[in-house]
Order: sequence, then C-alpha cells, then structure tokens
Amino acid sequence: MTTTPERSVPKPVFTDAEAGAKEFPDSNARRFNYYTPAKRKQTHYEDVTVEVQPDPRHYLAQGWLYGFADGRGGYPLEWTALKAWGSDRPVPERGPGSGGKGYEWPAHGWHEFRDPNEEWELSFYRYNANVERQVNQNIDSARQQKAFEQWNPNWVRFVESHVGAWMHVNHGLGLYLFANANRRGPTNMHNTAMAVNSMHRIRSAQDLALYNLTLSEEITGFDGGAHLVAWNSDPCWQGVREVAEGLTGIDDWCEAIFAANIVFEPLVGELFRSQLVQQAAPRNGDFVTPTVMGAEEFDYAERDLAYSVALFDLLTKDREFADHNKALMNGWLSNWTPRCIAAARKLQPLWSQPDAKPPRFEDGLDRAKSRFAAILADLGLDIPKELTQ
Amino acid sequence: MSRQSVAKAHQKIQELSWEPLYHEPVAQYGTDYTFKKAQKKDPLKQVLRSYFPMQEEKDHRVYGAADGAIRGNMFRQVQERWLEWQKLFLSIIPLPEISAARAMPLLFRNVPNPELHNGQAIQMIDEVRHSTIQQNLKRLYMNNYIDPAGFNNSLRNFQNDYCGSIGRQFAEGFITGDAITAASIYLTIVAETAFTNTLFVAMPAEAAANGDYLLPTVFHSVQSDESRHISNGYATLLMALADEGNHQLLERDLRYAWWNNHRVVDAAIGTFIEYGTKDRRPDRESYAEMWRRWIYDDYYRSYLVPLEKYGLVIPHDLIEESWNQIWNKGYVHEVAQFFATGWLANYWRIDPMTDKDFEWFEGKYPGWYNKYGKWWENYNRLSTPNGHHPIVFEDVDYVYPHRCWTCMVPCLVREDMVMDEVDGQVRTYCHEACRWTDAVAFRPEYEGRSTPNMGKLIGKREWETLYHGWNWADVVQDMGYVRDDGKTLVAQPHLNLDPKKMWTLDHLRRCPPLQSPNVLLNEMSPAERQAFHADYVKQGPAGRPAPKD
Ligand SMILES: [Fe+2]
Ligand SMILES: [Fe+2]
Repeated sequence: MTTTPERSVPKPVFTDAEAGAKEFPDSNARRFNYYTPAKRKQTHYEDVTVEVQPDPRHYLAQGWLYGFADGRGGYPLEWTALKAWGSDRPVPERGPGSGGKGYEWPAHGWHEFRDPNEEWELSFYRYNANVERQVNQNIDSARQQKAFEQWNPNWVRFVESHVGAWMHVNHGLGLYLFANANRRGPTNMHNTAMAVNSMHRIRSAQDLALYNLTLSEEITGFDGGAHLVAWNSDPCWQGVREVAEGLTGIDDWCEAIFAANIVFEPLVGELFRSQLVQQAAPRNGDFVTPTVMGAEEFDYAERDLAYSVALFDLLTKDREFADHNKALMNGWLSNWTPRCIAAARKLQPLWSQPDAKPPRFEDGLDRAKSRFAAILADLGLDIPKELTQ
Repeated sequence: MSRQSVAKAHQKIQELSWEPLYHEPVAQYGTDYTFKKAQKKDPLKQVLRSYFPMQEEKDHRVYGAADGAIRGNMFRQVQERWLEWQKLFLSIIPLPEISAARAMPLLFRNVPNPELHNGQAIQMIDEVRHSTIQQNLKRLYMNNYIDPAGFNNSLRNFQNDYCGSIGRQFAEGFITGDAITAASIYLTIVAETAFTNTLFVAMPAEAAANGDYLLPTVFHSVQSDESRHISNGYATLLMALADEGNHQLLERDLRYAWWNNHRVVDAAIGTFIEYGTKDRRPDRESYAEMWRRWIYDDYYRSYLVPLEKYGLVIPHDLIEESWNQIWNKGYVHEVAQFFATGWLANYWRIDPMTDKDFEWFEGKYPGWYNKYGKWWENYNRLSTPNGHHPIVFEDVDYVYPHRCWTCMVPCLVREDMVMDEVDGQVRTYCHEACRWTDAVAFRPEYEGRSTPNMGKLIGKREWETLYHGWNWADVVQDMGYVRDDGKTLVAQPHLNLDPKKMWTLDHLRRCPPLQSPNVLLNEMSPAERQAFHADYVKQGPAGRPAPKD
C-alpha cells in the first residue's frame, strides 16, 4: 500500500486579528495622526503622500545621515530662494540629552502645499493610460478612414516640421527641468507633483514622435526627419530652443517651475498649441493633430498649471514671506517674460505657412498675453512692463 | 500597441533627445567618475504608450486583490506576529522607494548618454508608484488589522526611532554624495540588483504563509518593475567600466555598498523572515537558505562574477564574510535579540518565541538553543508586567551593545567590534568594513586620489545620545509611542491586547535612566577605553558578558 506524502504548505489559522475584534487603547485610532489635513478630512492622496519625505525641523530627530561633500544632506530649503513661513527658524540643534526637539508639525509653511490634482500612483496611471488609449484610438480611426489623404501638401510640411519640432520642447523640459526638479523640493508633495508633471511632458513628447512615425507610414512623401531639421536649424524655432535650454539651466527649482509653467507655457506653449496648431489644423482638413495636441493642452491647462498656481499662491500669500517671494517672482518675470515673448515672435512666420490661415499671430499673442496676465493677477504679481511693449 | 512594433516605436523615440546649442542644463550633482560620451542602446525598450496601460493593468490586479482581501475577511487569518513587524517595515520602505525616484536626476548630467535618461525617467515614476502603493497598503492594514497603533503614527515614528534611522540609510545613500556612487552603484547595482530579491520576493512568500496575501500582491507588482531598473544600472556600469580611471572608485563603492546593504537589509529582512513568522514547517526555507540562493548564487555568482572580465574588482572577501556573519556568527539572531531587548523604544509588538519556534531554529541553525534559547525563555518570563522591569534592565546575561557609527546597527558580533578615533570622536564600529567606510571611503581623498565629490556621514548617528540621562517614560513620550489613553505603550513584548497586561509609562517611570554608550565611551580615559574594548570583544554570543577569568 502506498500513501501520497502530504504536501508541505502553510496551514490557514484562525487568528481573529480583524479590526474591531477587541477594545483596548488605540483600538479605534485608525487615522494617520502625524499630520494635519489641508481640509477637514484627511484625503487618500494626503495619506499616501504627506511625510514620506522626512524633515529635521520636526520629527527627524537624528537628522539626515548622509550628505554631499559639503556636508548638506536631504532637501535643503535653500535650494530655492523663495521662503515659506518658518523657513528662517534654524534646524533644532540636537546633542547629548537634547531629546527629539522638533518644532510642532508642520514646522514651516512648505508642508502646507497640496497638489490640487491629488496625484498618486492610482490616479496617475489611470489618467495617463486613458490619454494613451484615446490618442491611439483617434489616430487609428483616422488611419482607417483615410483621413490623412485630405491634407494638402503645405499642411503635411507644417505637421512634419513644426508640430514635430514641439516634441523636443516636451522631451527636454520633461527630463532636464521637471524630472530634475523632483530631487529638489522640500516635501514629498512638491516632488511628487513635479515628477508627475515630468511624465506628462515625456509622454506628450513620445505621443508626438509616434504620431510622426504613423504619418511617415501613412502619407507618401511625409518626411519623418523634418522635425529634426526644424529643431536644429530653422530660425523660427531657435528662439524657442534658446529659451527651453535656458530653462533647463536654472538652478533654483522654484524659479524653474515658475519660468516654465507660469511664463513659458502661457506665452509660448499655449500660443503655439492653442493659437496656432489647434486653430489651423481643422481649416486645413486635419482633425487628428488637434486630438494629439489636445491631450497635452489638457495636461497643462487642467493639471500642471493648477498645481503650479497652488504652489506659488501659498508663497505669494505667505504669512511671513509674501513680500520677499513676490519681489523674487517679479524679478523672474522681468527676466523670463521678454525672453519668452522674443521666442514667441520668432515663431511668427509659421502663421503664414498653411494654405488656410489661422487667426492672425498678433491676435493669438494678445490672447496668450491676457491669459498670462490673468494667471499673474491670481497670484498677486505685477504685470511685467515687457508685456505691453 | 497598435501596428507599430515596439522596436520601431522605440527606435523612433530615440529621435527625441538633442544636444544643447545655447545653454547647458544645470549641473547640480558631482561625481569623481568619468564617462566618455558613447552611444549605448537604451537597455529597456519601454515606450510610454504601452507602459501606462501595462501599469494600469497591474494596478487593477493589486486593487482588486485589496478589495477581495477585505471582503474575504483576510484579517481573521493574519498572524499578528507577522503584521506587527510590518509596522516597522512599512514605516521605512516608502522612503527608499521615493528616494530612488529622487536619485534619477543625479545621473542626468553625469552619465552623458541621453538614451539612458529615458529609462531613468521611467524608473523615477515607477518609484513614485512603489512608494505610494506601499503607503496605501499600510493604510489598509491600519484600517483593517486589529491593532492600528504603530501604523497610525508610522511616518512620525520612522523619523525618530533607531530602527527607522538604520533603514533610512537605504534611502539617503541613494540621493547624496558622489552621484554615481549613490544613484548607480549603491542604489541600482547593489540595492536593487542584489537585495530587492530578498525584500520583494522572499518576504512576500513569508507573508503569505502568515495569512497575508496582500503584501505579496503589492510587492510582486513592485518587483515586476525591478528588472527594468536593473538593466538601467547594468548599462551605466558598463559605461563606467569602459574608463580605466573608474576602476579604483568602482572597487571602493562596491565594497561600501555591498557591506552596508548586507548590514542593513539582512538585519531587517532577516529578522522579519526568521522571527516574524509563525510558519515553522521544518522544510520551510530559512533566511540563510534564501540568502544563499538569491544573493550568493543569483547575484554574486551569476551577475557580479562575470563582470570580472571587464575589469570589475569584486569584493569576494566581503561577500564571503557576509555569509560567514549570517551562517556562523548568527548575525540575524543577534539583531532580532537586540530588537527584542529594546522593544520598549519601538512602535510594534514583539512576542516571545515558543517551543515550536525553538525547535525550528535548532533544526535550521544547529546550536541555536544553546546560544539564544535561555534568553528567549527569559523574554517570555518577563513579557507581562509583574513587578519587574522590561528585560533590558533585568539580569539576563545580556550586555547592552554599542552602536556601529556607520551602519548604525549595534556591534552585535562582539568579537568583530572595532574602536577608532575619527573626526575627533571615539567611535565604535560593528566590523572593520564599517570602520573603513567611515574613516577611509567617505573622505575627500581615497588612496592618494582626490575624491572631492564623495559624500559624508553626517547626523546624530547614535540614537541614545539624544536621550542621554533621560527617564525612559519621557523618552517614549517624546518620541510619541503612546496609545490614546495617554499611558499605554504602543510597543509591547507580547501580543496580549488585554489592557491589564500591557506596559504603560508608569512602568517605565520606575526604570533606571537611559545612558548613551557613546557619550560614556568618550568620557573614559584612554586606559579605560582600552579595557572596555578588550572586554567587549570577549562578549557574546547572544550578548553574554565576557567570561571572567
Ligand atoms: Fe522600487
Ligand atoms: Fe556597521
């Protein structure tokens, strides 16, 4: 007689380790108790984001453990010149017998920032997967309906060169400005929002590149390399390129986000996307490009601008450093506004390239300027004089 | 993905990168490594058009499982012993994850290969995924497990607890110092390639055996991103190897990174797997067995050794020594015993080992009972308050250890303790390799070569220093490890939730004050210190005092 040896597997055990099984101290304390929510109730977003990045000004008793060669560790507040209330209070000096000795949470105003988009992994992948599905479907159905055949030759040239050139702006800023900034902010909420922003830009860059690839396959004579020529040597694009490169060269992370999302995007990004591509495409028989560009337009207008405004709004209204911050931001405005307007003006010849013309460049620029002025007014910042020149 | 093949799409997105014509991107992180500009293929053929839906699909599975676990009353079958250790693990791990995201930009300017930057950006967002998905798991535990204490104050706790500080190295080491040392060698080549197997594969198996199938769902999902990160690291390593001048730094960094990972990860994960489980089937793999397979065979023999032919100097001696520590010197047992000795300074409950546990340990680690059995019997005897103090103050043949200045795990294998005066302070180290890390590796000069970008060990690295001379009740209150009745401790040396059996601040109030071993050491005369050292290295195993001769 043979017996099958019993398989060695862990046996389930009834433990009754379920919430509510017993009453004892803390048995009902089911809430993260180390931070104060922005609104009355703690949100799911706050629960998965707030305090993951420690801070020696409140709980981090032993301080940062590893530093750069200059001895600075963690996330120095001085990585931006802007200040939130409490920034000037020194990190508590700890030593023998000092105890933990932190300031009461939040210790300084930076911890009050919340991403209004409440981005964390679940929301992030849902949103971006949806965008990719939609962009794909639009391009697929256009291909099936032979929609590209209606494009006139000038419009094909426009899309291959100029819509194509924009992918480089997205890619460069996505990596070297936004992804770079995710190491620089003083809280996890800042850095996560900037990482998400970075992926929007990198995704949009790839959307445009892959769209460009589809067009090379679908349209006879579509030059899949023309975007490189435009970006590398077309004088129309060199202003944009110069500013975009300048933006990646900014050391102060707040200035970088400010210059990119408060100045460059309304004056150059939206000017190009909303006032030119989105307007000209339908007139030239193209109903597909606007859906690809539209995804990016939505990223910026509905999400990335929103967190940026929330970020800077706290600082221009800061109870201790509002004036200090506004003075700095006004300085950034007077540097970046003329540079962005100059870049915008260099794009002007693009307006006359399609057969069916979009609304006039000057009208588009005016709209971009008033959008920009409205953002500044919300933040309580001065309209730079360069805007009216 | 529609029609376009991944390869073609991938090829196309290589057109995105460009060299600056007008302004260089900001250079914020230095390295002493040198790289030649070289076109290497982006090792991970990942295009966001397929990446996002793939990750979303993985999320569906994770969140579906989470709903299922709650509907299926998983917590009626979860072992409290296991979940208690998750209070420590899940307080720490979201930080290393998010730090890995933050580390990616350290590589942008220093690794002059734009094709790699794409992969690094995807790794960045993967790590945001890992960090928040783990926070979410912890939140679910807090809401559904019987004892939320320790989960509910988790992210305050890990910032001021000594175990949290040990774990934080596994994060801060990624984001500071020499950019390549940190974000490439320490993070990718060692932490991810070698040690995530034990973290994310071995640990989930143990969780499942303890009735928790949610942790495996989350961590396998996390681990499925890891192979892409490993190929990021591999590509960077090959580029670094191409330049002879880097070989000396690579040797230094592999030694530091290997040893620090061993000290920190083996301490924590080893303890969770060996002492946090109720699964005592004799054929259940021990941590040592897992280590031998995942780390020694899969990483060391199969991954590192083949790199020797490219000129990589592999720290064979330290790898063998780590095994020696785990197998012969009881490293994991010593750590678990120490965590239990110091239970009162923690924010989770550690229950005593039982006869069944003893039997398993003896089977897996012959000789275990003779070393550790008596102490755990004492731990059991002293676990509910009954007129005595917590075990650390009682006479149980255990000498409270000094901490290692470098890895911050105490010097538990007593014979290996090294003492040195560094930066004007007398410091103790758990092993010569840790002394070397502080005194030799993390310095602006290495073997006569200038290394101006190398990082620094900073901070108040001995936790006890901060509370030198304090009453224990005040210490625990200052850290915030007290339950909502204002007196019962979060930590307990048993799993009984009957309030009458639980330790309170009142019990601690009666204990002797906390003394910092390092403060006392520095107050000694040189002769006293020599005597202290001579005695210390004769102590152990299991923390026993030096034999009187
Ligand atoms: Fe990760
Ligand atoms: Fe050590």
